[in-house]
Amino acid sequence: MSLTLLNVIFAVVVAIAFAAANAAYLVWAERRGAARIQRRPGPNINGPFGLLQPPLDGIKLMAKQLIIPGGADKVLFIAAPVLAMYPAIMSFVTIPFSDTIVAHNINVGILMIFAFASTGSMSLIFAGWSSRNKYSMMSAVRAVSQSVAYEIPMLITTITVVMIAGSMDLMEIVHQQSRSILHWNIFPLLGKSHNLLMPASFLIFFICTLAETNRAPFDLGEAESELVAGFHTEYGSMGFGLFFMGEYANIVIGACMTTILFLGGWSCPFGLFPGVWWFLLKLYLLIATFIWIRWTFPRTTIYGLLNLSWKILIPLSLVNLLLTAGLIKVF
Amino acid sequence: MISSTPIAAPPALFSADGLVGVIFLVMIGVTIIGGFIACNSERLVRAVAGLIVCFVGVAGLYYFLNSPFVAMMQVLIYVGAVAVTISFAIMLAAPEEQKKIGVSGPLVGPFGFGTAALIAGGFSVLAIRTEWPVIAKINDGSIKKIGIQLLTDYSMVFELISIVLLIAIIGALVIARVERKN
Repeated sequence: MSLTLLNVIFAVVVAIAFAAANAAYLVWAERRGAARIQRRPGPNINGPFGLLQPPLDGIKLMAKQLIIPGGADKVLFIAAPVLAMYPAIMSFVTIPFSDTIVAHNINVGILMIFAFASTGSMSLIFAGWSSRNKYSMMSAVRAVSQSVAYEIPMLITTITVVMIAGSMDLMEIVHQQSRSILHWNIFPLLGKSHNLLMPASFLIFFICTLAETNRAPFDLGEAESELVAGFHTEYGSMGFGLFFMGEYANIVIGACMTTILFLGGWSCPFGLFPGVWWFLLKLYLLIATFIWIRWTFPRTTIYGLLNLSWKILIPLSLVNLLLTAGLIKVF
Repeated sequence: MISSTPIAAPPALFSADGLVGVIFLVMIGVTIIGGFIACNSERLVRAVAGLIVCFVGVAGLYYFLNSPFVAMMQVLIYVGAVAVTISFAIMLAAPEEQKKIGVSGPLVGPFGFGTAALIAGGFSVLAIRTEWPVIAKINDGSIKKIGIQLLTDYSMVFELISIVLLIAIIGALVIARVERKN
């Protein structure tokens, strides 16, 4: 009993520390990456390569005064940034980083992560509504329509993976892909997925991950040039900090899910030394791709965003689902 | 987790059964408080927030009853989809629209309290008088078993639910058409 309790406390501390550390240093990575793409140095003063920038930023944010605008809904205004952070921390409970590094593997792991990820948009709604600011309000409306639109193709694509794997257990899904790089779910021929459509599934899933985490080119929620800063216009100090950390923690979760569902989790491409290092390598390569995409593509319009989902991604993912079901029956 | 035999005496607070009981009571408390906020707040968005708290409490109860699948579906569908859709509807309406407070309709007041007392009393009597059989476990509760059960033994229920959803969609369309004509 006491040992399980210790395990639980240890897992909670590690999950929060991992989420927070990743969030802090991904901000640094994003600023450095943006600077490199725009041919300027970026934050490089504090510490080697500017590595002390995130803790200093954190201290600055925590030292600032928390200003609640007059007429704002106080309870929801304070609750919203907390809600932005919690889905990511909850998801870390069931994400397997390797054979042994997992806090609590449950047999409906995929469902749990998507369930908590889907509640994340509530934080944007509450933040936008409680700020009593027109820009924030517009941003909340956009965020809702965006999250409703992109959750559907994302879940349908995940169902194709679940059908192939025959399980919602994340450990089980990784084990099925562990033989070599050709057994990964993204590659169609060897392994369990005799399915030529898997690269398409991967692409749909990846686009939906970008949209669900509110990343450019889909960051209509905080479009600076139109909505000041969107839902977090009125937030200063650590409220703003929590929104930022929540965004990056959600990116980590999205990249983790892509790694597990399509890229073989902790398994090695050549079947050598499987372990957590391969997982982290794939994870950070995916995150680097996220950053690269953000600073390469311009922001879409809200109509373009919704059209992409309702007119292209949802029909495609439905066809993909039907064909996958047919292929599973045939082979 | 939960012992399969009924407990004769109330367990000590810091035993395993006692802590399980505390968690159960916390979940019930969360559900009731959420429902109370949902019914009594003046601002609609706060009511939605209360509804979400209530849904999460119910999901906790499902998890407590050894059914993580249903608990996660509760969070995914009710918090992630239904509550988001409700807030979407609120935001499309006037943003500062306040709920009308005050007595409206003949059923408010003593009749309402009477009905509530009758229902609560009936359920209480039912809960106390019934001999609750202790079933160890019907099956392992995996998604596969649930799916097979839904499409074989309970296929009628499954189809009826889809009819309910169809009726709801048609009803929504009918209401929207009437509004548009006006």
